Amino acid sequence: MFNYSFRWNQAFASLPQMLEGAWVTIQIALLSMAIGITIAILLTVFRRSGNKLLSGVASTWVEVARNTPALFQIYMVHFGLGGFGIHLSPYLSLLIGIAFNNAGYLAENFRGALKAIPETQTRAARSLGMSQGQAFTNVVMPQMLRISFLPITNQMVWAILMTSLGAVVAMNTDLFGVTKALTDRTFRTFEYFAIAAVIFYVITKVITVSARLLAARLFRY
Amino acid sequence: MIEIENVRKSFGPLEVLKGINLTVSKGEVLTVIGGSGSGKSTLLTCINGLEPIDSGRIKVDGTEVHAKGTNLNKLREKIGIVFQQWNAFPHLTVQENVMLAQVKVLKRSKAEAAAEAEKQLKHVGLGDKLSVYPGRLSGGQQQRMAIARALAMSPNYMLFDEVTSALDPQLVGEVLDTLRMLASEGMTMICVTHEMKFAREVSDRVAFFHKGVMAEIAPPEELFGAPKDPELQKFLAATH
Repeated sequence: MFNYSFRWNQAFASLPQMLEGAWVTIQIALLSMAIGITIAILLTVFRRSGNKLLSGVASTWVEVARNTPALFQIYMVHFGLGGFGIHLSPYLSLLIGIAFNNAGYLAENFRGALKAIPETQTRAARSLGMSQGQAFTNVVMPQMLRISFLPITNQMVWAILMTSLGAVVAMNTDLFGVTKALTDRTFRTFEYFAIAAVIFYVITKVITVSARLLAARLFRY
Repeated sequence: MIEIENVRKSFGPLEVLKGINLTVSKGEVLTVIGGSGSGKSTLLTCINGLEPIDSGRIKVDGTEVHAKGTNLNKLREKIGIVFQQWNAFPHLTVQENVMLAQVKVLKRSKAEAAAEAEKQLKHVGLGDKLSVYPGRLSGGQQQRMAIARALAMSPNYMLFDEVTSALDPQLVGEVLDTLRMLASEGMTMICVTHEMKFAREVSDRVAFFHKGVMAEIAPPEELFGAPKDPELQKFLAATH
């Protein structure tokens, strides 16, 4: 029988707390992306380096990040490393877990993007006297990041959504964690999570729309 | 001066340069003609060290290009090269294309580099395209931009590798005019080309390559007027 009566007022009263949680979620996603992109560029360079050890490390990273559940990755950072005596806070565990996942996916995107950049671009840069490193940072990498712009946006959306996996490491300050704590106290699960869902939706929508606008401005060539 | 002594180079089992000897002196315009696969383009990429050689020696102003201790990046500042495919950097404006290596390699200030870029771009007739992205340019304009990009490094030598081969026929003229202008200004140039008329007009000497060998080298009147090598005779008969 359906005899659940909605109590929206109570849930809406907690909106400020939830928005604070949303801000933490955005922070984690942004940080994890900054770290993820940086590492992904390194992994890309490693994979192209020709050094067996470096490319092995990079390939392993990409394989694990892309072929195991994100939940598992975050869990391993928190409890797995705990086994070695490395105890990280829920916040750090979640951040590192998501950054690990981001780096793996982005490195794979970057690899695809590099295929679209002709080898002759590097040759032209080298023939102007640039070193291999200068050619990569000034000619290849900017093009790689532009080609990967939409995949990067997708990963950013994914990073926002992955913060909810913090629940598994007792993260309680992000949007999902705050919402969970509120429902535990009030049992108004549907109302709170419906509001949280709308907040998640608005955040990711803002990201995709502003990315599209930004792309139109940035990539005029 | 560019001195090439007995240079040999193979790609796998295929020997593309079979002992080339050649000296290009300051201010000279040398054009290199020959069928595809004759090794002429490979020679250019060997001169600026983009390709290693198997044996022999190439010296540019006394510096041995393929010696162990040679700073190739430093050497390449002196030797501009422009390829068949112009390779504009698509994410940079025309002016930024010409500025990049000046700033990163020659360590010029942005203002200096911008001024030099503007000067060179005006020189090749692109003074009104500074802030345009290369994607908006025609092939001929992009190729002239690539020439300006190389010239902005103030090179002592310019190498041109079939720079008109990838262009629509109606765009070839503007690029050849740019090369003619450079030649008349006294730039030392090696041009690999299929444009026989151009080779005849601008060259001090013309070299004919065939299957990795420099079969004949002579001033244009002589090489085109009275070719001695039978392969050259066949080649000229086929291209005229």
